[in-house]
Amino acid sequence: MRTTRRQFIKVSALGAGGLALAGSSMKWTAASTLLNSLTGGVEPTRTPTYCEICFWQCAGWVYKDQAGNIKKIIGNDDDPHCNGRLCPRGTGGVGMYADEDRLKTPLIRTTVDGQDTFREASWDEALDLVAKRFKEIGAQYGPETIALFTHGSGGSHFGHMLKAFGSQSITAPSFAQCRGPREVAFLATFGDIIYSPERTDIRDTKCLVLIGSHIGENMHNGQIQEMSDAIDKGASIITVDPRYSTAASKSKFWLPIKPATDMALLLAWMNVLIENGWYDKEYVERHTVGFEQLKAHVKPFTPEWAYGITTLDPNMIRRTAKEMHDASPSVIIHPGRHVTWYGDDTQRLRAVAILNALLGSWGRRGGFYNPEKAHVPEFPFPAFPKPARTPRESYAGKYNLANEVVSNGMVDATIPSEGNTFNFKAWIVNGTNLLASLPNQANTLKALDALEFLVVVDTMPMEITGYADVILPECTYLERYDMIRKSGHREPNIAVRVPAAEPKYNTKPADWIARELGIKLGLEAFYPWKDIEEMLDWQLQQLGTSLEEMKRIGVKKFPREFDDLYFTEGQDISFNTNSGKIELYSSDMEAEGLPPMPVYTAHEEPPSGYYRLIYGRAPMHTFSRTANNPNLTDLMDENVIWVNPKVAKLWGLKAGQYIKLRNQDDVLSTFAIKVRVTERIRWDSVYMVHGFGHDNKKLSRAFGRGVNDTEMITNVKVDPAMGGTGMRSNFVTFVTEFDEKEAKA
Amino acid sequence: MAVDTKKCVGCSDCVVACQTENNVPIGYCRDWVTEVTDGTYPQLEIEIRSERCNHCENAPCVRCCPTGASQFAEGGIVLVEHDRCIGCGACIASCPYDARYPHPDGYVDKCTFCIHRVDKGLKPACVSVCPTKCLYFGDLDDPNSDVSVVLKKRKWKTLIPEAGTRPQLYFLI
Repeated sequence: MRTTRRQFIKVSALGAGGLALAGSSMKWTAASTLLNSLTGGVEPTRTPTYCEICFWQCAGWVYKDQAGNIKKIIGNDDDPHCNGRLCPRGTGGVGMYADEDRLKTPLIRTTVDGQDTFREASWDEALDLVAKRFKEIGAQYGPETIALFTHGSGGSHFGHMLKAFGSQSITAPSFAQCRGPREVAFLATFGDIIYSPERTDIRDTKCLVLIGSHIGENMHNGQIQEMSDAIDKGASIITVDPRYSTAASKSKFWLPIKPATDMALLLAWMNVLIENGWYDKEYVERHTVGFEQLKAHVKPFTPEWAYGITTLDPNMIRRTAKEMHDASPSVIIHPGRHVTWYGDDTQRLRAVAILNALLGSWGRRGGFYNPEKAHVPEFPFPAFPKPARTPRESYAGKYNLANEVVSNGMVDATIPSEGNTFNFKAWIVNGTNLLASLPNQANTLKALDALEFLVVVDTMPMEITGYADVILPECTYLERYDMIRKSGHREPNIAVRVPAAEPKYNTKPADWIARELGIKLGLEAFYPWKDIEEMLDWQLQQLGTSLEEMKRIGVKKFPREFDDLYFTEGQDISFNTNSGKIELYSSDMEAEGLPPMPVYTAHEEPPSGYYRLIYGRAPMHTFSRTANNPNLTDLMDENVIWVNPKVAKLWGLKAGQYIKLRNQDDVLSTFAIKVRVTERIRWDSVYMVHGFGHDNKKLSRAFGRGVNDTEMITNVKVDPAMGGTGMRSNFVTFVTEFDEKEAKA
Repeated sequence: MAVDTKKCVGCSDCVVACQTENNVPIGYCRDWVTEVTDGTYPQLEIEIRSERCNHCENAPCVRCCPTGASQFAEGGIVLVEHDRCIGCGACIASCPYDARYPHPDGYVDKCTFCIHRVDKGLKPACVSVCPTKCLYFGDLDDPNSDVSVVLKKRKWKTLIPEAGTRPQLYFLI
């Protein structure tokens, strides 16, 4: 589907100015001999940063050679997120800087001979246009109809500008398309969320249970490191996955579950723990409410009951429950991260939370610790105006348990519908390729078509940039300052990002773009600092350090001020729930008319000849944003579709063959994907890595490589509790005959 | 060097770290990851190995080099002196591990165990970066080195021992 008015532009024609390759960091002068390279070395300069390739935000050092080219990035030893070891994406961050396909200068949509195209513009002209349109839309519909969709560090800058303008319509797909259900479920159960990095005490655990979470393929750095440490210390890992994941291969027990039946297994585990008395009685008695109700509720859910649903051997269900009990309380039923699967995900994550409560792992060593954040004061500025409407009002009455703004709620509210008077009229999209991050592309395109104005701020020409009215090219994280990183951890800590190089091409840092736009909108009062350096230095001075010191150390840790890392044994704890206790029986869920204790619901099954589409991560890529990175593409330049050998035989599929996919709603994939015939996937499912199949020709390495799983996700199951978009009820079949030229880039 | 196959997740960080540390051009690599799957669903096993030059004690690449560019450095590290290399490729053909590649600048290149870092008391780039800490490096003649200690403690194997090259890259199994 292509919209008529908002014609997709593959950032070409007039726009692509200056294919300047000069200054590419990939072009160091090679040392003439190895021996020469060993002598006469001048210590390279290093600049502190924290990584922007994923949300883990590891702190590191950027090294440049004598010519001033960015050469390598190494982890900061003092950083608790990475302990001096970046992951392949962080190490390959140099490729994001070097990528010659980057957006290079502001672009404005224009029409030439009836065709939409982009023309190059100066920053002044582009920002003037954005300010003019924002003022018009603000005056006509209210500033709150201007929305921000964001992921990553730019969000705080654009968010500040937008709030000053009178809109708090700010959202990120990282909630309703990713970790939202776990935060809501743990909030309902324990009165607190999991946070990022996760508060899982994997380092000291004796038993780690992964349910569809493929640590090692998802490269959440600190967790991988701690899982490896736990393996060294002899911890047992239990992995539940229809796919023999890397984590499954490191596990003592792998439960090859039938997909979409996890809830049955979780209920059976509860049944076994309770019926055998394998739960932490003192902890449950002291800290929880609803145990008796839970006991009665799970009584029928025996392992034999679950066997018929999950296909898992009942004895294996008992054996693994015993393993958790033996490790208790140093056991983690991992809440996962991307958990928007079937639309009852808050229920499933509630079951995970309850299991952790029964085993007494919350607040215990080897279970879940209490993270603490450094308190970073804000540089004083005037109070933001109160917005006329909050973004929640755009989806009023829905998703009441959501503790963050629901992105798809705002997308739906952008499409005019009867009865909804709060429609968003303009979007700023920063650092998130919404055509790949939101399921149901047709719906996203409808919203884009309804918009009066779309601004995209990114480093790369993504699919979403093709729909923009104005494209603002931000520089990469290696070329800019950003706000102080202050995520909670075992020790409160901060990290800074300092530019290692001048912004390449005609790109600008997000803080500069947002501030200049703010000033053009007449919001000078909200920017009382001279520049971001002054603001950061002021903040750091309040913490007893300075920008100057932080440039030398990159990361600083502080002593804990509040509670201990773990609960004190035998002490009562006040939980931030309605009852003040851990709620096995959830009053929040009950108040919403949802089951107060988790129930099993049978989910849709694939029609004959179709296979459930499971997607996941590869350790060398993040979402769709790294698919063109020269260093990371070198490691993996397309996704492949995993097919069980039995299925391959049935369809006559050969390893290495390119096929297209068609889903249950008759959507045919734009591109073809290579078949990987492997025993590592069940016969009822297929698997692919998310983030490929880019359809923007300006991505010279990523265009047409593999299939975009999001394109196949048209059947979306929305979680009534918090608006999460369940994406795992989509089924694909194989199309072996298609026009080769059309399919291969 | 020893590689713990029980911890390696095959993330290829070793590959990127080596590229950025040693100016290895895009499209080439001095180290790589091999994954071997055994069995049928659901009785499966995977071995994941970060591989590189085995720095063999009886190195065919050194023996067959016509110019002496391939040589043993102190500590047994096998090196290629780029200036003396004529790029004939005899060493590439002789290596049972396919550990060498022809650099576009006309010489043959391979893993050096980051001798320039080791000289300064650092670990090779791949060892320093590995998020799973599955790589152990050190002097095999020193009984207290990381690598000696772990080889005493754990079961291990080498690759293609039948080639008789006496490889010095050990895989913990």
